Amino acid sequence: MIVKQLSVFLENKTGRLNDVADILGKAGINMTAFSVADNSDFGILRVIVSDPEKALEVLKSNKFAVSLTDVICLHAPNTPGSLSSILHILQRENVYIEYMYAFSEGKGANVIIRPDKMEAGVEALKNNKIELIAANDLYRF
Amino acid sequence: MIWNETVECMSREEMRKLQGIRLKRVVERVYHNCEPYRKRMQEAGVSPEDIRSIDDIVKLPFTSKKDLRDNYPFGLLSAPMSEIVRVHASSGTTGKPIVVGLTRNDLAVWEESGARCLTAYGLGKNDTVQVSYGYGLFTGGLGAHAAVENIGGTVIPISSGNTQKQIMIMHDLGAKALACTPSYALYLAEALAQSGYPREEFQLEVGVFGAEPWTEAMRKDIEHKLGIKAYDIYGLTEVMGPGVGFECECQNGTHLNEDHFYPEVINPETGIPVAPGEEGELVFTTLTKEGMPMIRFRTRDLTHLIYEKCECGRTLVRMGRILGRCDDMLIIRGVNVFPSQIESVICTMEEVEPHFFITVDRVNNTDTFEIQVEVKEGHYSDEMGKMIALKKKVAHEIQSVVGLQPDIKLVEPRFLERSEGKVKRVLDKRVFKND
Ligand SMILES: [Zn+2]
Repeated sequence: MIVKQLSVFLENKTGRLNDVADILGKAGINMTAFSVADNSDFGILRVIVSDPEKALEVLKSNKFAVSLTDVICLHAPNTPGSLSSILHILQRENVYIEYMYAFSEGKGANVIIRPDKMEAGVEALKNNKIELIAANDLYRF
Repeated sequence: MIWNETVECMSREEMRKLQGIRLKRVVERVYHNCEPYRKRMQEAGVSPEDIRSIDDIVKLPFTSKKDLRDNYPFGLLSAPMSEIVRVHASSGTTGKPIVVGLTRNDLAVWEESGARCLTAYGLGKNDTVQVSYGYGLFTGGLGAHAAVENIGGTVIPISSGNTQKQIMIMHDLGAKALACTPSYALYLAEALAQSGYPREEFQLEVGVFGAEPWTEAMRKDIEHKLGIKAYDIYGLTEVMGPGVGFECECQNGTHLNEDHFYPEVINPETGIPVAPGEEGELVFTTLTKEGMPMIRFRTRDLTHLIYEKCECGRTLVRMGRILGRCDDMLIIRGVNVFPSQIESVICTMEEVEPHFFITVDRVNNTDTFEIQVEVKEGHYSDEMGKMIALKKKVAHEIQSVVGLQPDIKLVEPRFLERSEGKVKRVLDKRVFKND
């Protein structure tokens, strides 16, 4: 289902990522998944946390450039070809993926997808019986 | 309206004649009354007899800010202390300030100059002017104050600070004009909008803004926010406070009161005057000053002069917008770049904060030109593509004004220094051997 992802703009300076982790840790916020996109001078940290609203607030008060973004989180079996079939579903409906990241554990894998068209993306996945993960379930990981 | 039509609309020929007579007189004064000036002239091999017309001014040596500091406080006085009736001082950013002494006649010239300014802004004896420049050693407050009295207007000598009171007084006393720095005007505009007073209850129509450089973008912003017409008033402590120059209703340059303050534009490297209309460093000679005359004072400000008669009817020479200071000008890959140009671009873009930092370096014999900018809250994206597109957009906008493509570096919010005063915005890492 649709979950709130925290997007943090980071300069490419040593320790900035650690600063974020530290601030969230001290605020008692758990990180479930994250990825970093970067180029030569800045990076964008995308992170799924246990309490997005609170995380937004503490990072803002520490002068970070941070925003909340809607993403889809789904569960897929950890088997060859399962990701491909999911991507096909979206492609058929002309939903493009801005970016995605995944983390697997044992039998399953959780995939975070940022589609260009949110509603169409969710609809397509639901119709194809893909297991979507609700925010509450995800944060409890 | 023109305060002194005889002078302000004088033919160029007559003006030059008047300037020549006055130059001769002031050169004689400093030569006979001021040791440092006399020494400097003797070293340059020039005596008062060599000055016969305004064209001979180029024979005279320059005076710099350093000369004023070296002769602190009264070494450059050309009148005895018994004739000095007032002192002013500029806030030196480092060490001692620069002190000037004025005689009674100097004050009269200042009032006359100020009256020309206010009249050009459409103000007269029926109008109330709120002077929110600081009163004190700074020339702004007392300078504007005397100008209002001279035209017979009503002056509210409120000085700077206490914004809530400023708004109440402006409202209750029906000020038609506000005299202050453009940055304070912007601050006041925001406070006024939140004050709860309806705009239509104010009589405010005119802004008399100076004492710091401001951009055309700032003017539009102030005019829009305050619902007034904003005029530039130009002055500098060393030459005279506000009143050295003013904008007329045409707002196509700042008219200079050149019968008292003679302007030249020189090449800052060679000291040679540039062709009329060309850019260079502005230099002033005070033609009538008694207390502390300035002979060819180098302002370090970069601008150009316009000698054509103005549509307002005045023949007084006009000065173009000050592009920046010589000290600020960067030559990057042979292109002249001013931080003020970058500012004017950044200020009009809604995606970035009006703060920036320029770093220039030389790598493999090529100049690098990097500008750090802060993205405004709400314009950060989780998508890399959008952020890179924004970088390109800022670079493109700056290139279209400066003529050189900068390397834009997006930085985190409030990373760049914020300050009320002067902010350091440039780091030039190149080492010039010929400096
Ligand atoms: Zn004019």
